Amino acid sequence: MNSKKLMLDMTVTENTPLGSLYGLLKLVPTDGSPLPDIAAGQFVQVEVSDSKTTYLRRPISVNYVDYKENRLWLLIRKAGEGTRHLAAAEVGKVINVILPLGRGFGIDNISGKKVLLVGGGVGVAPLLYLGEKLKEKGITPDFLLGARSEKDLLQLDDFAKTGNVFTSTEDGSHGEKGLVTTNSAFDGAYDKIFCCGPMPMMKAVAAVARKKGVECEVSLENKMACGLGACLCCVEKKNDGHNVCVCTDGPVFNINELPW
Amino acid sequence: MVELSVNLGELKLKNPVLTASGTFGYGEEYADFVDLNRLGGFIVKGTTLEPREGNDYPRMAETPSGMLNAVGLQNKGVDYFIEHIYPRICHYDTEVLVNVSGKCVEDYVKVCEKLAPLEKINAIEVNISCPNVKQGGMAYGTTCEGAAEVTSAVRKAWSRHLMVKLSPNVTSIADIARAVEDAGADSVSLINTLLGMAVDVERRRPYLSTVTGGLSGAAVKPVAVRMVWQVAKAVSIPVVGLGGIMNGSDALEFIMAGARAIEVGTANFIDPSVTMKIIDGITEFCDRQGVKDINELVGII
Ligand SMILES: Cc1cc2nc3c(=O)[nH]c(=O)nc-3n(C[C@H](O)[C@H](O)[C@H](O)COP(=O)(O)OP(=O)(O)OC[C@H]3O[C@@H](n4cnc5c(N)ncnc54)[C@H](O)[C@@H]3O)c2cc1C
Ligand SMILES: Cc1cc2nc3c(=O)[nH]c(=O)nc-3n(C[C@H](O)[C@H](O)[C@H](O)COP(=O)(O)O)c2cc1C
Ligand code: FES
Repeated sequence: MNSKKLMLDMTVTENTPLGSLYGLLKLVPTDGSPLPDIAAGQFVQVEVSDSKTTYLRRPISVNYVDYKENRLWLLIRKAGEGTRHLAAAEVGKVINVILPLGRGFGIDNISGKKVLLVGGGVGVAPLLYLGEKLKEKGITPDFLLGARSEKDLLQLDDFAKTGNVFTSTEDGSHGEKGLVTTNSAFDGAYDKIFCCGPMPMMKAVAAVARKKGVECEVSLENKMACGLGACLCCVEKKNDGHNVCVCTDGPVFNINELPW
Repeated sequence: MVELSVNLGELKLKNPVLTASGTFGYGEEYADFVDLNRLGGFIVKGTTLEPREGNDYPRMAETPSGMLNAVGLQNKGVDYFIEHIYPRICHYDTEVLVNVSGKCVEDYVKVCEKLAPLEKINAIEVNISCPNVKQGGMAYGTTCEGAAEVTSAVRKAWSRHLMVKLSPNVTSIADIARAVEDAGADSVSLINTLLGMAVDVERRRPYLSTVTGGLSGAAVKPVAVRMVWQVAKAVSIPVVGLGGIMNGSDALEFIMAGARAIEVGTANFIDPSVTMKIIDGITEFCDRQGVKDINELVGII
């Protein structure tokens, strides 16, 4: 699927703080136009107009698209100035967004398969919408969500509505204690693993998937300027030695394309 | 309505708004946001004789009102451009300029020879000012001898419009511009990026894999306007101005300082439709101030 890219003003209709570090924004196109088709794993480029130090747009995953309400959900982790401003957006504020961008998760031939979705930290963001898309295809996904502690586990209720949820926390405050890779979810037999989270976590999950011979896709978060494949700033080296743009060839890659 | 067309020597542009190399891909990347046919022209990514992978990631760091990049001329080489990209973009009703780079003079010449048969390409922009490559690039653009050497060699291989892109990382950019004019350039464009650096203090290391990189965006505009003004006073060939142009008013600053045309770079990342707004902004200004022809404003300062 290759929707035309749009630059849209969107109005914040809800902003729910999730603990002190995260916020969930819900946005509608200000002019009421319908949201385009968006694939799970695609992202948007958000303008942060009221921050003195944020010059470029910020790439943010599509957390969910509520087509009934024509609303786009963005899950924001306050990593620096730009995301702090986004997370502080008040209801009614208009934010300029470019969407949909990138190549999402490969779910074209997924029917009948057993699928595990592994997310860590704010990396859980694209997995909610991915779960919804899988459900539309008749698949009930298993989610394995990891975080430092219970308060960093996000949107657990939404995930539970979409599939089965396993959790791992480093301090044992929710689910199993330890890293996601030691979670008993991995005892199950899966045909495909989708993963998004911090780099060390994705690499560890990729290693487990390789060992078990399970197909695995990961979503990368390289720093971006344009998000359109024009500036060549966001590159990742594939295992054939060639640089590709994470913003257009990714952000989702099959681990077999990567040298790790 | 104001007349916006400008001539760079023999090269006729429908308006003075071009896009800067390396910031606008091959035009296509922006087709959803911009009517490419409305542009004065677009300048494609730096093209070299052989394919280049560019520098290691990370290649970008945001800085106050700007960014540093260290892309390092990643491109698939001139043969790939001719075979795969040119056929896709040659139908646009606008000028398509190829930005040419090389690690030695022969490279520049060979690229030009390969481009010569492409009918759509009426002009090239020779990049002697890339700060992100070890060989060639800026090394040529920082001395009068080096700049003249590349320009006169390319002049022999390329008969159509020859624009030379100057580096701001020099003591006297006017001297370099004069050397390039004497060596046969039809126009000069400036500025390429300013050499810069940024440090991630938490991790105690530079943000860029190459340590230093090229600064662009709004932060460089006053430096760029000053240099355009100095160069426009020093040479008689047309000057193309760029560096930090974000809107119509910025573009007019360069034009009044002496630029016959302008290029828009980093601003495309923030608003991919910005070039259309810049054309509209220039038009609105001229209509409001009773300017009948944009050429009236060139170099009034
Ligand atoms: C495809 C993609 C999808 C993303 N999805 C989300 C999402 O759904 N929710 C979310 O909160 N964040 C997401 N991110 C990360 C987000 O873009 C960055 O956190 C943001 O750009 C940081 O901007 P800032 O101004 O807040 O911080 P800055 O002041 O720019 O940086 C603060 C800190 O964050 C680090 N940082 C900056 N950019 C990135 C990056 N791209 N990835 C990781 N760390 C970075 C910096 O090194 C620094 O340590 C995504 C990134 C990409 C590339
Ligand atoms: C990501 C990036 C890549 C660039 N690549 C090239 C290039 O290939 N060739 C070139 O001559 N200039 C290149 N430039 C320089 C721009 O064309 C321009 O001279 C500079 O960015 C200043 O203009 P701006 O402030 O409007 O961006 C690049 C700039 C950026 C930001
Ligand atoms: S961010 Fe510009 S090419 Fe990917």
